[in-house]
Amino acid sequence: MSILEIRGLTVEFPGRKDTFVAARDINLSIEPGKILGVVGESGAGKSTVGNAVIGLLEHPGRLGAGEIFVHGERIDNLPAKRMRELRGKRIGMIFQDPLTSLDPLQTVEFQLVETMLEHLPISKGEAKQRAIDLLDQVGIPNPAERVKQYPHQFSGGMRQRVVIALALCAEPEVVIADEPTTALDVSIQAQILNLMKKLCAEKNVAMLVITHDMGVIAEITDHVAVMYRGNLVEYGESQQILGSPQHEYTKSLIAAVPRPDVRVHRFPQVDYIEGSAKPFKQIDIATHWLGQSRDYTPVDGALLSVDQIDMKFMTRNAWLPKNRQFFQALKKVSFDIKPGETFGLVGESGSGKSTVARVITGLYHPSAGTVTFAGQELTSLHDRRQVLAMRRQMQMIFQDPYSSLNARMRVKDIVAEPIKFHKLASTNSECFRIVDDLLDHVGLGSAAGKKYPHEFSGGQRQRISIARALATRPRFLICDEPTSALDVSIQAQILNLLKDLQDELGLTMLFISHDLAVIRQMCNRTGVMRFGELLEVQETEALFESPQADYTKELLGLMPSMDMLSRDNLEEEVA
Amino acid sequence: MTDQTTRPEDVAEKGRIARIIDSDIFHSFIRSKVTVIAAIVTAIFMISALLAPWIAPHNPFDLAQISILDARVPPIGMDASDPSFLLGTDDQGRDMLSGILYGMRISLAVGFLSVAFAAVLGIFLGLVSGYVGGRTDAIIMRIAEVQLTFPAILIALLIDGIANGVFGNLDRERWAVWILTFSIGLSFWVQYARTVRGSTMVEKNKEYVQAARVIGIPSFIIMFRHVLPNVMGPVLVIATINLALAIITEATLSFLGVGVPATQPSLGTLIRIGNDFLFSGEWWIAIFPGLALAMLVLAVNLLGDWMRDALNPKLR
Amino acid sequence: MFGFISRRLVMAVVVMFVVALISFTLFRFVGDPINQMVGIETTPEQREALRERLGLNDPIIVQFARFIMGALQFDFGNSYQFKQPVAELIGKRLPATLELSFVSALFALFVGVPMGVYTGLNRHSAISKLFLSVSLIGVSLPTFFIGILLIFVFSVHLQWLPSFGRGDVVALGGWWTTGFLTVSGLKALILPAITLGLFQMTLIMRLIRAEMLEVMRTDYIKFARARGLPSRSINFIHALKNTMVPVITITGLQLGSIIAFAIITETVFQWPGMGLLFLQAVQNVDIPIMAAYLMLTAFIFVTINLAVDILYVVIDPRLRTERSGL
Repeated sequence: MSILEIRGLTVEFPGRKDTFVAARDINLSIEPGKILGVVGESGAGKSTVGNAVIGLLEHPGRLGAGEIFVHGERIDNLPAKRMRELRGKRIGMIFQDPLTSLDPLQTVEFQLVETMLEHLPISKGEAKQRAIDLLDQVGIPNPAERVKQYPHQFSGGMRQRVVIALALCAEPEVVIADEPTTALDVSIQAQILNLMKKLCAEKNVAMLVITHDMGVIAEITDHVAVMYRGNLVEYGESQQILGSPQHEYTKSLIAAVPRPDVRVHRFPQVDYIEGSAKPFKQIDIATHWLGQSRDYTPVDGALLSVDQIDMKFMTRNAWLPKNRQFFQALKKVSFDIKPGETFGLVGESGSGKSTVARVITGLYHPSAGTVTFAGQELTSLHDRRQVLAMRRQMQMIFQDPYSSLNARMRVKDIVAEPIKFHKLASTNSECFRIVDDLLDHVGLGSAAGKKYPHEFSGGQRQRISIARALATRPRFLICDEPTSALDVSIQAQILNLLKDLQDELGLTMLFISHDLAVIRQMCNRTGVMRFGELLEVQETEALFESPQADYTKELLGLMPSMDMLSRDNLEEEVA
Repeated sequence: MTDQTTRPEDVAEKGRIARIIDSDIFHSFIRSKVTVIAAIVTAIFMISALLAPWIAPHNPFDLAQISILDARVPPIGMDASDPSFLLGTDDQGRDMLSGILYGMRISLAVGFLSVAFAAVLGIFLGLVSGYVGGRTDAIIMRIAEVQLTFPAILIALLIDGIANGVFGNLDRERWAVWILTFSIGLSFWVQYARTVRGSTMVEKNKEYVQAARVIGIPSFIIMFRHVLPNVMGPVLVIATINLALAIITEATLSFLGVGVPATQPSLGTLIRIGNDFLFSGEWWIAIFPGLALAMLVLAVNLLGDWMRDALNPKLR
Repeated sequence: MFGFISRRLVMAVVVMFVVALISFTLFRFVGDPINQMVGIETTPEQREALRERLGLNDPIIVQFARFIMGALQFDFGNSYQFKQPVAELIGKRLPATLELSFVSALFALFVGVPMGVYTGLNRHSAISKLFLSVSLIGVSLPTFFIGILLIFVFSVHLQWLPSFGRGDVVALGGWWTTGFLTVSGLKALILPAITLGLFQMTLIMRLIRAEMLEVMRTDYIKFARARGLPSRSINFIHALKNTMVPVITITGLQLGSIIAFAIITETVFQWPGMGLLFLQAVQNVDIPIMAAYLMLTAFIFVTINLAVDILYVVIDPRLRTERSGL
């Protein structure tokens, strides 16, 4: 007997011109103690399903059709007051961002006790005791003491535990978790997933986990529903679906997930979502502007050497220097990158990997140590013309495609700016001809130049970013988490594009990522960072096969197991 | 979450005007009747103020046209009214309607000029403060904080008082409009500076600014070419609401007798003059300019209110 | 927490110092003080003697130090216009302004806050829309025009309430006079208090509404809804408390500015307060009164701001445990 049952659910958002159907004819059910995963990329409508179940659709969303049952009782047509009583009591919900989910001005105890007294027939004293027990169950040490604290006194992972305790405190039968681990680091993500799985079994609740992450699906779900543009395309047992997907979309979605276990030459093309984006017009690199006059001094040995870099940020200013407090973002980081190779940096948030990139490009000035590029020491360089000559040789691709392009500029002006600034084209018309070719070459087409960034999707914007980076004809490219804000299928396309460009132009790359699987696919050598320190540097394959540092072993152990994912269609791609 | 990526070819084909008419902002404008009316009222007021010398029935500054015999004629509809003075006359025999049209000219001129002055000063200081940061930021913001402790009207009064002391009375009359503009503008810059500084600090950390720095573009070009266009949205809203506030402040100062002199009366001056006749029954001398002022300010405020909501993506 | 308050205290002292500097500069450099004090027939020798006696030939630093010492005892010398000690002139008028401001502030707070909360929570109700329209008219009518309209209706037309002055006042102690204790005093207070408080009231209402709308969109309110908490708890325990921090700042500033806006109201109603005195001083370039008024209002503002900062600490736990966070 299933606890939650959704029949023919359709959710509509009426707009000014037409009605947008966010979810169409969805049928799902969950049994007690089981976890159902709803997976899909952005725009798939997966969060809409969760919000519809708990009756909190965002304005102007409405149920177009369908029925929702909890324990056989129909709930989608209940009056607002009854529905309110149901929330928390019978259906609990866990949100994505633990940093904003808790009221900052109330203690954890207050928020727990308030919720329990609302739904459970217990006294205030009992509720207080239960609050402590709950914190203990979700794995918060010293619960009796910490229950009196305010949310800002907890770390991100701990706050998500508090959120889980709050969702479970009135003993609901159904729990909906909307991207519960997306805002967390890998190591904490694993802990939270384990906790959810354990509590689900112990309390015998039916859990609906909404996620974009195949790793989460593989790790904890019993059943999985795959959604694409509002439609449920495939639904069944997780093992079954991940192992032998039937629908084309599921197949390409699974194929696009980077493999942590084997290095492949290229990512399988995923044509299902956004056209394959082949270059519109072939340009011959040997004769084209892009490949020409790379008047760079040849180097033997390392192209880039980072030597004993220290970086401190002031966290607390004070009149007296001795009272100032600093955060040590980098501690004696040293590594070399050879011409033509891709060097990876991997680590969790706060490990300092992005700071390294910003020190190399000169955005930050290191507190100590040197950066040497093509035989030229950069940190002591002061002559403006020499600095510009160096800047021109190294470019960077940023993480967030939505903020890395100036929204008020046309795409062609964005791409033309570096060419004009460094005077790399003799005339204006030559400059824009080059811009057209660059846009063609990254797979956007020159027509894109007339438009503004907001008219493009995340993946397309990342292509614009790449075109802008190429516009100075660099020989060294820094990619700072270039795909972590993108859907997995788009990620595969962008990574392929980067690989192609590297082959064509002989680029040297520094590739920064938190995702070990992506690192394995992209990098020749890889360094592991933690708390501002570079723990080890190895050939990438060697790093995965025989990690040296304990932390690297731990990270590798935390990678979600993708063993059950189908890899049938990949065999021929394996290098 | 809806995926609203338009296909490239759809957008490029449409003309600029078609796109404006199709935009959400224009749509929300047309849908809000109050806003449309406010826009029309504002436009009428502005155009008639601009064209005052041509459309006003009398010239209140031409002594040849003014006769003391016409003094205190009530507006039409009352006993002893004169059809050539639609809204009656004041104690000097000047036509109220013409006085209001000419007065509005002064009020609007001072309003626009002081808003422009405050905006330019505030945007520049805010941009520098937010982008450069550090000590520069600390100094500018401390000054702003100190100034913010005092209400605008007090600062304007003070500056006016100083000007009074420095210039002496005769010069003061000649410079009155500029002194007013300066004192109102100087008392409003803080709001722009704080808003622009706040958005600049957000924009500064966005990756497009870092990308420009990686290319090698110098700071002042980044500030004005990249950051400035991205922080202008809220400035527009503040400027609109400030225009209303500046008009009120000008009227208030003139009413208090430290604004523009009676020889070139603004709406505030007219109300000040009329206030003396309130008890003797000639209410129209104060009330009509007051209503004109209130309608103008209300219309501008309504526009500002709508703009704030329309430009706030969270409220859509 | 101690660090936060002491930093704000230092800031307050700095503000007062800067204001003193401005006042002093005004006093010393705008026009020649001697010219203002003596008649045309005074000989240059007599002027020089007076200059020497007043210490105007001393180094600027010494003069500034003397000015500060005087300010600390509220001694700003004599008014140019009235030839009386400034402290005495202001002291006589202070009670009128403070009583008027106090009543207006109460009016603005006790009407503005509930209206703001109501319109913030019931965004689409008809009453909210009515309140909003009225408030927009409230911010669009200049204070002095509201005063004139009120006088026109209630004094000229209906003849219910007096149009000027404080009515009968009662002396309390040697230095305070109050209008609270007589019927005519209370009647005289009604129109000016409404005039002065109306603008602040609408501002406070609109501010609270905007903050409420902002808070209602946050994740923790969504999460509170998802836990099935009743709207009473969501609105008043979670939303209102989180609205308070920004609201207190602006409300504090607004209440401070009531004292300054009293200048306008006092002019319209010929209310014998210090705003009226200040306005006359501005018109007659009576610098000592201007300087003293400036210092006094600055002191009141700074005190209010400090009180606001202390209130923050009471409301926001993040400020109380400043260093353990992050």
